[in-house]
Amino acid sequence: MAPIETAIATTTAGEELVRHPQRKKAGKGHMSFWTWFWLIMAALYFLVPLYSTAQFSLQTSLHGYGFTWYIDTFKDPMFRSSFFFSLRLAAETVIIGLALMVPTVYWVHLKLPQLRPVMDIISILPFVVPPVALVVGLSGAFQVMPWLLASSHLLALLYVILALPFTYRSLDAGMSAIKVRTLTEAAQSCGAPAWKTLLFVILPNIRTSMLSGAFLTLAIVMGEYTISSLLLFQSFAVYIYYIGNTKAQQAAALAIVSFGLTWGAMMVLFLISRRRGGGMGQGAAVSR
Amino acid sequence: MTDEVVSEPRDDALNALDTDTPLVSPRSTRRPRRAGTARRGLLAWLVVVPFFAYAAFFMAVPVVALIIKTFQTPDGSVTLSQVRALFHGQYRLAFVSSIEVSVTSAVIGTLFGLFVAYAAVHGRGPRWIQPVLSTFCGVASNFAGIPLAFAFIATLGPTGVLTLLLNHSGFHIYDHGFTLFSLLGLSLVYVYFQLPLMILVIAPALEGLRKEWREAAENLGATQSQYWWHVGLPVLLPSLAGALVLLFGNAFSAYATPYALASGGITLVPTLIGSLMSGNVVVPNPHLGDSLAFGMIVIVGITVLLYSLLQRRAAKWLR
Repeated sequence: MAPIETAIATTTAGEELVRHPQRKKAGKGHMSFWTWFWLIMAALYFLVPLYSTAQFSLQTSLHGYGFTWYIDTFKDPMFRSSFFFSLRLAAETVIIGLALMVPTVYWVHLKLPQLRPVMDIISILPFVVPPVALVVGLSGAFQVMPWLLASSHLLALLYVILALPFTYRSLDAGMSAIKVRTLTEAAQSCGAPAWKTLLFVILPNIRTSMLSGAFLTLAIVMGEYTISSLLLFQSFAVYIYYIGNTKAQQAAALAIVSFGLTWGAMMVLFLISRRRGGGMGQGAAVSR
Repeated sequence: MTDEVVSEPRDDALNALDTDTPLVSPRSTRRPRRAGTARRGLLAWLVVVPFFAYAAFFMAVPVVALIIKTFQTPDGSVTLSQVRALFHGQYRLAFVSSIEVSVTSAVIGTLFGLFVAYAAVHGRGPRWIQPVLSTFCGVASNFAGIPLAFAFIATLGPTGVLTLLLNHSGFHIYDHGFTLFSLLGLSLVYVYFQLPLMILVIAPALEGLRKEWREAAENLGATQSQYWWHVGLPVLLPSLAGALVLLFGNAFSAYATPYALASGGITLVPTLIGSLMSGNVVVPNPHLGDSLAFGMIVIVGITVLLYSLLQRRAAKWLR
């Protein structure tokens, strides 16, 4: 649910300014006190924790500041292994997710439009089943397949489910925005088989929504803690938690690094959606 | 859901276009195929099988397994005792705390978010406010879990920057009973991902409040409060209720944030399930984790259902 509203909110928020440029000048100063009050409150609430964390992570002695904690963190081999472990999972998740969803969404748009309501419902199911509940059910159901529970690839397979609402929404929006049927028929009348149509005609046309989905997935996977910790994998978030119990200031440094990562992924998403004229916006994560 | 409402006109336009051009008409593509062999129809369904199989294997199978275990004792007989156990002792307490934190953070998030979003949408602030706010909301709603918990420990923990600052100015919050590891403290942390979600969800509804309605009310002699009581609030109410419900569900399924702040001894349902699973707690019955998870799914399921119903109502005014 969240990604949908989020997408709309971003789109409309951005477009609103364009639609009524004159309105801004109209009533200058009318509500300014409360406007500023609430906007400043929000800014303080958002920024003070970031500022505190940054300050804490930079403090090396009572009055000394430096990047010691960051350098220590980056030197830690466990940092590297957990970071690249999560990055690898993110890549796997994106590839599996797109390979699974792109042909499905394409086919549903082209041949089975009656399935779209079903797809909508399935795509919000990951919100109904909280990750912690999913892990409980999973470890019971998959007990007959211990090799699967012990494989780190299982994490990627589950993250595909976690990212499903976001991937589906962005692909669905992308396919709705292009004329799937026209493009397909044009390709077919040129003699292209279905897989070539998908690969060389449809894919280039939905690449922005594929990218949106990919970067949102990246942000989710890099911060995911619940599933990886309960299935005993050393993911990036698990590493941050582990450091937090032993070295508070390095943990603060990691929190800043993690915020930077999220920020980077969201900025890319924002730029992509801007260039496209506002199709998909940012989504809210499920890695709470 | 909102996106359907918003994308509808576009879809309609596309469909209209499609039917106008014979080549592109949905009928023209479907009919010959339909009239063709039944095998071709079956083939069309074959393409979507992997997706449904995947969803079934990684969502339906775990959920069904969990439901079976909820109603079955470890030795295999059917029982309701594991569901009844949820209403007693520490399990009941976990649900009560979870609901309390979720309600508190949802109410704070809804009100705070409403005012902030209103200020951004109708506040006549500078142009850059809206894009900056919406980008920041995207980041903040994704910045959650373990790093968020540490950020708040660095801010409002016993030796946090803000705590020390308040101590310096003579206001010792920890002497007044505040701790970050209490229900209120936890709710305050949750608001960090609740607030941006609220702003993003309510902004379209606020934009739906037409300037013309306000002008019409003013022309008829309505005061500010009369406008809000008779026009603004009734229009916004379904959206507000929907947002409240969404925020509740959002907080209820949070795991990482309360886990990292769990040292205060508050037990929430997700963290209780976590400690049952990892064997940190002596378990009288291994199926209790499943029944707790079942309880969670029921509550979140009701939340999602309520939300989509309210959203449908709210959509009426958003056109």
